[in-house]
Amino acid sequence: VFPWFGLDIGGTLVKLVYFEPKDITAEEEEEEVENLKSIRKYLTSNVAYGSTGIRDVHLELKDLTLCGRKGNLHFIRFPTHDMPAFIQMGSEKHFSSLHTTLCATGGGAYKFEQDFRTMGDLELCKLDELDCLIKGVLYIDSVGFNGHSECYYFENPTDAERCQKLPFNLENPYPLLLVNIGSGVSILAVYSKENYKRVTGTSLGGGTFFGLCCLLTGCSTFEEALEMASRGDSTKVDKLVRDIYGGDYERFGLPGWAVASSFGNMMSKEKRESVSKEDLAKATLITITNNIGSIARMCALNE
Amino acid sequence: GGSLTKLAYYSTVQHKVARVRSFDCSGKDIENEPLYEISVQEEITARLHFIKFENTYIETCLDFIKDHLVNTETKVIKATGGGAYKFKDLIEKKLGLKVDKEDVMTCLIKGCNFVLRNIPHEVFAYQKDSDTEFRFQTNHPNIFPYLLVNIGSGVSIVKVETEDKFEWIGGSSIGGGTFWGLGALLTKTKKFDELLQLASKGQHTNVDMLVKDVYGGAYQTLGLSGNLIASSFGKSTTADKEFSKEDMAKSLLHMISNDIGQLACLYAKLHNLDKIYFGGFFIRGHPVTMRTITYSINFFSKGEVQALFLRHEGYLGAIGAFLKGAEQDNPNQYSWGENYAGSSGLMSTSPDVYPMQRTRSGTFDMLEMDRLERPLVNLPLLKDPSTYIPDTVDLTDDAMARKYWLTCFEEALDGVAKRAAASQPDSIDALERAEKFRQKYWNKLQTLRQQPFAYGTLTVRSLLDTREHCLNEFNFPDPYSKVKQKENGIALKCFQSVIESLDSLGWEERQFALVKGLLAGNVFDWGAKAVSDVLESEPQFGFEEAKSKLQERPWLEDSYSQWLERLKEGPPHKCALIFADNSGIDIILGVFPFVRELLSRGTEVILACNSGPALNDVTYSESLIVTERIAAMDPVIQSALREEKLLLVQTGSSSPCLDLSRLDKGLAVLVRERKTDLVIIEGMGRAIHTNYYAALKCESLKLAVIKNSWLADRLGGKIFSVIFKYEVPCK
Repeated sequence: VFPWFGLDIGGTLVKLVYFEPKDITAEEEEEEVENLKSIRKYLTSNVAYGSTGIRDVHLELKDLTLCGRKGNLHFIRFPTHDMPAFIQMGSEKHFSSLHTTLCATGGGAYKFEQDFRTMGDLELCKLDELDCLIKGVLYIDSVGFNGHSECYYFENPTDAERCQKLPFNLENPYPLLLVNIGSGVSILAVYSKENYKRVTGTSLGGGTFFGLCCLLTGCSTFEEALEMASRGDSTKVDKLVRDIYGGDYERFGLPGWAVASSFGNMMSKEKRESVSKEDLAKATLITITNNIGSIARMCALNE
Repeated sequence: GGSLTKLAYYSTVQHKVARVRSFDCSGKDIENEPLYEISVQEEITARLHFIKFENTYIETCLDFIKDHLVNTETKVIKATGGGAYKFKDLIEKKLGLKVDKEDVMTCLIKGCNFVLRNIPHEVFAYQKDSDTEFRFQTNHPNIFPYLLVNIGSGVSIVKVETEDKFEWIGGSSIGGGTFWGLGALLTKTKKFDELLQLASKGQHTNVDMLVKDVYGGAYQTLGLSGNLIASSFGKSTTADKEFSKEDMAKSLLHMISNDIGQLACLYAKLHNLDKIYFGGFFIRGHPVTMRTITYSINFFSKGEVQALFLRHEGYLGAIGAFLKGAEQDNPNQYSWGENYAGSSGLMSTSPDVYPMQRTRSGTFDMLEMDRLERPLVNLPLLKDPSTYIPDTVDLTDDAMARKYWLTCFEEALDGVAKRAAASQPDSIDALERAEKFRQKYWNKLQTLRQQPFAYGTLTVRSLLDTREHCLNEFNFPDPYSKVKQKENGIALKCFQSVIESLDSLGWEERQFALVKGLLAGNVFDWGAKAVSDVLESEPQFGFEEAKSKLQERPWLEDSYSQWLERLKEGPPHKCALIFADNSGIDIILGVFPFVRELLSRGTEVILACNSGPALNDVTYSESLIVTERIAAMDPVIQSALREEKLLLVQTGSSSPCLDLSRLDKGLAVLVRERKTDLVIIEGMGRAIHTNYYAALKCESLKLAVIKNSWLADRLGGKIFSVIFKYEVPCK
């Protein structure tokens, strides 16, 4: 029974996937109830919903065969704090009359279960977050990204001149470490489709980047924060190895450009006054990503 | 360092020591002469000083160094840390010395090894909701391997395997500089300590996104704690809400401490290490920081890794730099002891409660370590040196006992000061010095009331030792020297008649009389108020009177029958090691007859006495004179001495208590050579306050008379109850 939805209700964002069938027969079209039609039209003809919902058109997967049906997979997101509005909309569009199962995962599947029931007359089918995550990774890789590889990596990452993005073949992936960066970070060691464990996690994740950027720069969206970061210079904010030792610290094999202390230069009043918001956003991004990288690397070694 | 200068220097300290010397007694009227001569001499000892002060006072400090530089051979000064670069020119100009910069990490690790090896109770674990927030660790004989996590501006993680072998295995840029820099941006608070103050008042849950914020109320079903932080600063992802400075500072502190803890755990796991020492300016003894780091380590390692902190964490680099400079003298070949009189204690628990003390310790505090004349080692007979804890009661743990003993020492203080003054009747400033001593020890006791953990685990031993250190500080090296001299003289006169009456007894009666004599001798303890009162008011109180005070059998702790059985049935012991207690009747009429009996059985005896004076305990040099006199009267003792079957040694200690993990190396060597199979520990200080639970590899006897009614009550007995504990190690 259509519509086919998948919902991941995270701490900051709600991620919604919607399968739009493209092989609807005339017969089906006729039988399609008005409510279903209106939902399909609403979702596929817009790229923004309300003031905060966004459809990532560039991510859309076209001509997919899913459970014997052909269609497109759409990716839509909106902030978790707009969840009540979303449920309200579902209620206005008489979603419950469609008798579909709404599959949901993420912490919000628990948090909003009651709201779905009372406000939207909807029962959620709650699914394990980590199961879904692994299933999702394997699926998305198997179908590919409109003819391209879904998984990629950077070759020569420390050399700006020679660094390039290359496809990575996930054909024989196990064992693998899956680092899921949402508001926080979860790290899973996956040994096979069914055999995996959560190794650890860190609270320094996307939420930390965004949260600190809001406080430091006054920005209000994640995109804005990223955009600022792309224009900033973190070396004004961070204290580098060369700032302390004048160059490389050879004894420990540390290059001069390595960050010795994130935000370390901000201990000085003069330097606090001379940095831009963009520099701060960049430093925040570098701090969080370096840290995730460091923890992930240690987990990979330990596992 | 960035804000504090830590200076380590070595000095020689001149202080008075009491010496005893035999008179040339030929042709003299022995009856009316004192037994031996007491003299006070000047002695020079080596002391290491560590001082910490704010960088603004660096010029004053350099002037001080200049005024006190005595060694003209000195051409260089060793320096480490960021300031070594910053102040290089100033130091060279002021002192006329070349600044030799040393690698920070090398110094840090050298310093860390030094304190781990030499300072008892250096290391502690921090426990949150516990009466004793600071849980001090006993010094492990083998300190390696360990992980040192140094949190400065950034974080360095170093694996230390041996004295000289260490490896930088990782680090993180999220450290103290991040807290300070990011904290200053977020809160407009400029000072590091103020940021910590803010953090201690904040609620991180207003800023952080917790698991329960994501899951609603249903987190229980997932086996996750709802209070776990899912995303640091996850709630501040909005432009239209204000967050309090306190909350942000707290959230930041949590974020950084947790992150450091997690990385440290991952490194510890990868390298199979279970001990992590934390150091660096970020911690500086701040409870909130230690608490979050400890929590994080526990959480991420599931309790398998221990987060440990150091009392002198801030001095490690300075100590290391000093040791680098003193390498040709090889300071590691000596043993060192913390001088409680000259050292300020650990910071107070809460920055808010004792602002006065905090200011003092933050800007100026010090550590003094005396170089001991001889190296100290473990008693080879300790069953498990790594778990041996000398002290019976941990007063940091036991609030009731702590209150009692602190009061007890306070009440005895006037008497001790008076006796100290009276011991130097010829000195014009004795009264003045005694008063200074009184004041200093009183202040130490008050500090300990407020901060019981200031010098490590608080114990009766540390209270006694601190008192001795304070007495020495004011040139009262041996307040009881005259009392001991007199009592030794009196007791010697009774020796022969005691031996005669013992020899007239049958074997079994004699064994009991010997033990009873040993116990009665132990009553003569000037350290116990109940006894010193009697001794002062009844000068005729003697050996027989003491015997009559003793509890009748069965004693409070009584394994005498097993002991007797052992003597009767078993072969004679190969060699007995006896730790003696008091001068006078105790050693002469109690211990010596017992020694004589052991010798007669064919057992060799090593008699161990303190190296330096403490209360009226017999010192090694006194024991030499006393033994010589006894040998002159008694052929058994005389031949045993000649044939080296009776050996006198020093313990290496000047404490009324006994730490079997810090004993004179010569003693340890002898114990091993002579295949010692019996250890006898006598007295309240050595057998009850310490070593009551000490487990040995060989047979042992612990005997004492309880001369304190509170302690007797605690152990379930009355004053003058007897402890006779004969133990045989399990096969």
